[in-house]
Amino acid sequence: MSAVENTGGGSVEYIQHHLTNWSVGQGFWTLNLDTIIISLMLGALIVFAGMRVGRNLEVGAPSGFQNFVEMVLEFVDTQVKDSFGKRDNGLIAPLALTILVWVWLMNFMDLIPVDLIPAGLHALGMDYFKVVPTTDLNTTMAMALFVFLLTLYYNIKVKGLVGYIKMFLFHPFGKFLIPVNVVMTAIEELAKPISLGLRLFGNMFAGELVFLLIALLTFGATISAALLIWFPLQVVLDVAWLIFHILVITLQAFIFMVLTIVYLGMAHITEDEH
Amino acid sequence: MNITVTLFAQMIAFIAMIWLVNRFLWAPLSSMMEARRQRIADGLSASERGKHELKLAEERAVQVIKEAKERATELLAQANNRSTEILDEARNNAKAESERVIAGAQAEIGREVERAKQELSKQVSVLAVTGAERILKREVDAKVHEASIADLVARI
Repeated sequence: MSAVENTGGGSVEYIQHHLTNWSVGQGFWTLNLDTIIISLMLGALIVFAGMRVGRNLEVGAPSGFQNFVEMVLEFVDTQVKDSFGKRDNGLIAPLALTILVWVWLMNFMDLIPVDLIPAGLHALGMDYFKVVPTTDLNTTMAMALFVFLLTLYYNIKVKGLVGYIKMFLFHPFGKFLIPVNVVMTAIEELAKPISLGLRLFGNMFAGELVFLLIALLTFGATISAALLIWFPLQVVLDVAWLIFHILVITLQAFIFMVLTIVYLGMAHITEDEH
Repeated sequence: MNITVTLFAQMIAFIAMIWLVNRFLWAPLSSMMEARRQRIADGLSASERGKHELKLAEERAVQVIKEAKERATELLAQANNRSTEILDEARNNAKAESERVIAGAQAEIGREVERAKQELSKQVSVLAVTGAERILKREVDAKVHEASIADLVARI
């Protein structure tokens, strides 16, 4: 709780403090250093693990970590093949794997006790630190936006520019309602990246918030009889929410991956296949 | 919590991550797994081929055994024939030999008889001459009657 004490106390301040990024710059030119550093560290972890597994590849009888990695790989590959079949290009599967693993790891930061890292860093003289990169809208929207750009690219590449424009004009109501079609399709296309980014952000943000609220149970408490009730309650609630949240972070990473695959798969469908 | 330049930083990081994951995780592992799939498929097809070859070999072995049996039967029959032939030949040879020996012996006997006959006739003539001498008591000179005695002898 040491991170909180010098803000003067108060639940609102406690929560707001925890939801403030460590950043440099002003306005649009704000760089959230904590988001960037944590996500890059997790990325480095993935690459390092990948290199370690890749160095001692066992073709015949894999064991331990390689088995696990192969399992994840096959899982992702199955998802991609289900959506793409033989149209799979080399980018989709690594993209899906990156999303699954990276997003899961970033979500996993949510499970670290909310005060642990900020408190430690406060001892080093840093005031703000938001540990979970996916509770930063910039992270989730960056990925969603990149996926959107990819769907745009593949839409135009596969359908052709004319085919893509035709999709706006004649979908979903046929050729007699062209203005409605344009609006509908535009909304549909724009809703994809926005919902993709916001869903992950919202789930993680809400999860983090619940952890903060649970932490608030004993916030600012002094040694007293009341603490005997609140402290065990906090522990029980924390454990319950942790277990539930393991499901949430996995599910959200999985949903992000599957939707990415589905959106890109839709981009690969040509007009006559509709 | 606003959208800031962090978005673009994260986007660049995301693209870099995709590239890195592909380079260090996806590409080596999936190619290794493809190689493994290939190896398993090869192994399975090899075992299938082995089974097939075993079946062929078994069939060939049965064929070879059958042929060998036939050949053995054939050889046995040939051997039997040959032994009969040899026996017959030996029997014939023995017969011929015995006949030859018998004929030789008979010829010898005939010759002996002839020689004995001549010997006997000679002795008979000598005896006759001796008997006549005794009877005639010097009246007959052997030398004088030699011609007639010889004639006699020849006539015997």
